[in-house]
Amino acid sequence: MASIIEQLINGLRSGSIYALIALGYTMVYGIAKMINFAHGDIIMVGAYTLYVAIYGLKMPAIAAVFFTIVVCSVLGVLIEKVAYKPLRKAPALAVLITAIGMSFFLQSVALLIFNANPITFKSIITVPAISIGGITISGITLVTLSVTLICMVALTFFINKTKAGSAMRAVSEDKAAAELMGINVNKTISMTFAIGSALAAVAGIMFVCQFQSIKPTLGALPGIKAFVAAVLGGIGSVPGAMLGGMLLGVIESISKAYISTELADAIVFGVLVLVLLVKPSGLLGKNRVEKV
Amino acid sequence: MKKDIASVKNPTQNIVTKGNIIKVVAIIAVYLLITFLVNENILNRQMKSLLVPIGINIILAVSLNLTTGFLGELSLGHAGFMAIGAYSGAIFTLKSNMPSAVAFILGMLIGGVVAAIFGVLIGVPVLRLKGDYLAIVTLAFGEIIRSIVNSLSITGGAMGLSKIPRYTNYTWVYGIVIITLIIISNLVNSRHGRAISSIRDNYIAAESIGIKVSRYKIMAFVIAAFFAGVAGVLYGHNLSILKPADFDYNKSIEILVIVVLGGMGSIRGSVIAAIILTLLPEMLRAADDFRMLLYAVVLIALMLFNSSGLRSRLEESGKLPKLPVLKSRVK
Repeated sequence: MASIIEQLINGLRSGSIYALIALGYTMVYGIAKMINFAHGDIIMVGAYTLYVAIYGLKMPAIAAVFFTIVVCSVLGVLIEKVAYKPLRKAPALAVLITAIGMSFFLQSVALLIFNANPITFKSIITVPAISIGGITISGITLVTLSVTLICMVALTFFINKTKAGSAMRAVSEDKAAAELMGINVNKTISMTFAIGSALAAVAGIMFVCQFQSIKPTLGALPGIKAFVAAVLGGIGSVPGAMLGGMLLGVIESISKAYISTELADAIVFGVLVLVLLVKPSGLLGKNRVEKV
Repeated sequence: MKKDIASVKNPTQNIVTKGNIIKVVAIIAVYLLITFLVNENILNRQMKSLLVPIGINIILAVSLNLTTGFLGELSLGHAGFMAIGAYSGAIFTLKSNMPSAVAFILGMLIGGVVAAIFGVLIGVPVLRLKGDYLAIVTLAFGEIIRSIVNSLSITGGAMGLSKIPRYTNYTWVYGIVIITLIIISNLVNSRHGRAISSIRDNYIAAESIGIKVSRYKIMAFVIAAFFAGVAGVLYGHNLSILKPADFDYNKSIEILVIVVLGGMGSIRGSVIAAIILTLLPEMLRAADDFRMLLYAVVLIALMLFNSSGLRSRLEESGKLPKLPVLKSRVK
């Protein structure tokens, strides 16, 4: 019994990392109607930035974390300006391929700078583990869960209560109408990319603290899984991304523990295909009626 | 253009036309030329070893072009179909005790058919999904295949399947490439092919004139999967060892780059791009580290140039001569 609960908690930990990344996917999709394939690689950039900040620039941990978040946000906005903005009127396939190209670009730049050998990285989170009734929860799990919770509450508050948040909702509903109401669409899209990338940076920090190893392809698989989480929850829906992320983490952790480590990925992706078969718009997604 | 319309009006007119005779002569001439170059040792060993990979990449790119260029749906699981074909074909030739040519032909058919069956399996969810969702489902599918192959014992798991007989040679590949090109180019010029392209251009309009969108989507998928499977069999019997890691997401992207660079919806473009992109990295061995970077930059630059209006602006202002319009710009 205790081990099942421990597996569940482990699942929630990786699930909350997926959820953080999935939020970025879902926000960008909601507002720019595109899959930002490079989003997963922002995690990798975040991991390397943290490494450089701590070992190269000798920053204290808190400052390094802020530095990482800022670098990733700026990078996210920059990518949007350079690669996606000129393609706003282009067909979806062109944008998707550009995003894949951008993901490849980030990976190969990291490969050229840091080469393919993984770098070991000592976790900057040093919170002692606690145990309740025979169940041990590691410090990193506690920090990950609480940071995710804070981020999600803050984001929900931001989207629903602030002026910038309602501008974002308006743009995702109807770009042209939002513009007529005096909303600066370009600024809103940049802001979305900045927030999404900041969340990915946080996820990246949590991720390297957990696995303590950095390599150029580190972002690819969590990125894809987070995207799966976003689709699972219904892409474009913020609560959907959170739910999808958590669900995915738990499914993965349970199948790793009780079925097979190798098949865990297959099960995760299989769940996606099944959910889409039953509900093509995802668990919490809205069905959009196609207009001619 | 006039000639095109005429041939469309009478598709069954006759096969023996001047154009077709020239094509057949060219096909044989190219084959003899390369055989001559190989036999006389004019090509070095490295170039010889690249003839088979070039052919395999042509088959992969042309078949992916059917889904991405002609149907207009991005498939990121092409390497998955290739893996299915490669493994099922290789397991068949390993277990069967037939003469090599028979075993190889049957192996290729089995590889293609098994991949096509999986094409149907992925085609059914495709029915309900559009655009971006489809890309992610095909990606998920490719990853599922890879992790299943990784965990089975019959495929040798992560260690790989080894001692596959080396049946693939230049002649086989050349023949299969020609067959693929004939089938796919005839398909896209046929009634079915035009139905497929009409789905790309506007599926709502296509549906309204009675084209069964889902049927044609599945058809394009299954045919593409079949040829990817055949290419996989050729690949396995060339290397004599198969590893699940050979068929990851990056392999799918590599094929996609060929299709995009050659031009979506252009079979000739796919062939040329496959040749260039297989030769170039080998010639630039020293710059191998930069290969992926180059791929990425080419993808982004091409998309920005073609789709952002930059190209049409340059052409109109006279700074750029009017480039030939590909059969289809990226839709």
